[in-house]
Amino acid sequence: MKLFWKTGEPFVLVTGAALAVMLVMTLALVGVVMSNGLGYFWPRELVKFEMKDGSFALGQIMQRENNPISGIRRLQLKVANRDVFGQDFRWIDDKDIALQTLPADAMLLERHEHGNYFGFLKGVTAEGVAAAATPQETLQQALKLVSDKLDDTRKIKKQMSDLNHTSERLRLKLLKLEYGGKEKNFSEISEITVAREKSLAEFTRLNEQASATLAAIGRITARFSDVAGGSKDIALMDIVAHQRPNSMSFFTKCGAYLERLRELLLDDPRESNTEGGLFPAIFGTVMMVMLMSVFSLPFGVIAAIYLREYARDGLVTRMVRIAVNNLAGVPSIVYGVFGLGFFVYGIGGSIDSLFFPERLPTPTFGTGGILWSSLTLALLTVPVVIVATEESLASIPKGIREGSLALGATRFQTLTKLLLPMATPGIMTGLILSMARAAGEVAPLMIVGVVKLAPTLPFDGNFPFFHMDRKFMHLGFHIYDVGFQSPNVEAAKPMVYVTTMLLLAIVIVASSSAIYLRNRMRRKFTSSTF
Amino acid sequence: MAQTLTQNSSAPVLSVSNLNLHYGTAHALKDVNLEMARNQVTAFIGPSGCGKSTLLRCFNRMNDLVESARIEGSIRLDGDEINEPSTDVIALRRRVGMVFQHSNPFPKSIYENIVYGLRIAGVNDKATLDEAVERSLKSAAIWNEAKDRLNDSALGLSGGQAQRICIARAIAVNPEVILMDEPCSALDPISTLKIEELIEELKSRYTIIIVTHNMQQAARVSDVTAFFYLGELIEVGGTRKMFTNPEKKQTEDYITGRFG
Repeated sequence: MKLFWKTGEPFVLVTGAALAVMLVMTLALVGVVMSNGLGYFWPRELVKFEMKDGSFALGQIMQRENNPISGIRRLQLKVANRDVFGQDFRWIDDKDIALQTLPADAMLLERHEHGNYFGFLKGVTAEGVAAAATPQETLQQALKLVSDKLDDTRKIKKQMSDLNHTSERLRLKLLKLEYGGKEKNFSEISEITVAREKSLAEFTRLNEQASATLAAIGRITARFSDVAGGSKDIALMDIVAHQRPNSMSFFTKCGAYLERLRELLLDDPRESNTEGGLFPAIFGTVMMVMLMSVFSLPFGVIAAIYLREYARDGLVTRMVRIAVNNLAGVPSIVYGVFGLGFFVYGIGGSIDSLFFPERLPTPTFGTGGILWSSLTLALLTVPVVIVATEESLASIPKGIREGSLALGATRFQTLTKLLLPMATPGIMTGLILSMARAAGEVAPLMIVGVVKLAPTLPFDGNFPFFHMDRKFMHLGFHIYDVGFQSPNVEAAKPMVYVTTMLLLAIVIVASSSAIYLRNRMRRKFTSSTF
Repeated sequence: MAQTLTQNSSAPVLSVSNLNLHYGTAHALKDVNLEMARNQVTAFIGPSGCGKSTLLRCFNRMNDLVESARIEGSIRLDGDEINEPSTDVIALRRRVGMVFQHSNPFPKSIYENIVYGLRIAGVNDKATLDEAVERSLKSAAIWNEAKDRLNDSALGLSGGQAQRICIARAIAVNPEVILMDEPCSALDPISTLKIEELIEELKSRYTIIIVTHNMQQAARVSDVTAFFYLGELIEVGGTRKMFTNPEKKQTEDYITGRFG
């Protein structure tokens, strides 16, 4: 026993145990998020309950537990039909259940408003759709008709958005001309006014046309009945998706699952972010992180080169180095406040008063936006890049520098031909760390440009394509918003997990691609060929 | 007390006069006067810290990298003063190549290592580079080992091979003088022997100055030997004479291993 202690073996065990605990906790974190997030899209069965008092309930079983007070076994049922029953969830005690069945024709409707609807199809009222053999088939045909018609209105909508864009541009031009002097630019002003009125009139015409078409489409409805016996007419254009989970085979369920995943990744959010997709948030996060890298990488690398290669190693250099290291530890919200004061109000405000004075008091750059957010985060992560670059430059042997200089190279040639390529793996490590940090940062973004729902992406087909002044959506903020600010927290819970999972996935994808690049470079600079 | 060497009648390639070097407050070279003749191997010997490497690094101004170094006196390369602020250090270093104690191949292919000096001088013509690679690898007696793997990383070479690649790299820019700072101290006897044979061959085209701690090596490869002690040049003379019949007591004590 004494020998056992003497060998130092126990301390090795302690270190191993510490690592194991850390690994288990990391895996648990990923596991909890994955199991809660991934299960959300699987089509759950709709169970019909016949209660002992003669009433009925239809819904998806969310969880089972013992009532904490009475100790009776009960289950939580998602009954949906928020507009009919008033709430999405209810508890049912096991002892009250008389009969439990899985009706094959029970339908689940995803709607644009009021959440899901669980019920049974009664009939379809549509002009131009012949009644097919079964109501289900009629519904399919009617839905197809509606989606075709909606495609047409989408074209009109696109035209309208273009017109809107044009007239907005004309309005701003007009403002600028008026700002420059009404008399001087009189002819131009009247010209543009005419053009603008023309496009506005066209816009109004199209708008009326669109509303009329939409109203016509809205008249195509289907009648559904809920389990309590009430019936409801639902416009088909309000239906996002429909399924009959009880009669779906395993593969159909897989298909539905993949369809939901596609929607999650590529569609816009609905119902105050608790339903639908996350595309704008994913796009915003990725674009913000990339912009951040574009700013922080060159800046950090150049600063580190000066500190390590050119600066005299004196008191000032050491102070700067300490300051840079400490900068990495400043709370992120402080950066947010700085970004608001310096970038948004300072630089943004100056840009507005210099270049867009005619639009004031409506700010253009003088308000939060993706550019200011990226710059704020670049400031936050630049110390990481500086420290990593300095470390990797410092680890290059003196002989390489001397060897290069002795061959007649200048210090700059030595830097670009040898030192920087050799330091690249270390620089990439710094970039990976800073990207991971930037992707997860929420607090500073909340004051410099992130919003709950951005009407447009920061990148689109309208000139100049990248709209640096626009506000954007971000996965981290989305988690906070959906989880804690949404009107229906219980229904939004799965969305929180899904968003978290996606944020994790983005960080992992970004990091692993950077790690892959780094390893490729590292192979280039170490002996491996023999 | 300039000591003119009689072995070669032509003008000296390098001549040092009244050279003093301080590292901060430490006086590292004290009033050194020395001349080195063309196409000869000069060996610098002496105990550690005697200033022989420091002197070597004066010849291509590598001491510029040491902030605390302060140099007074004159060093002339073919009559041109090199110890002046106005000297073109880049051009000087092309004329005076250097091989270091630890082989320092760059993390590039063997080919790119050899042509490094040419590339930074702006030579990018493929034929010229190819020719330079073959010529320098042959001069450094490593052509047969390296010719089939010119595109492999130089980091995969053994210590002796890497050191010969470094010599080839220095030769590639066609210097007049090659400085060698204990080139064999990290090598095994066989690699050492190869380097020594190489020095013997290179002598016909280049002036070589070698710093060594190995008495036998100095005796084997050099024509002239200079003995340093505590920053002073104690004695310089033909190697045979230095090793058999030195003038100074200190030199004899050091060579026979009584101190140092």
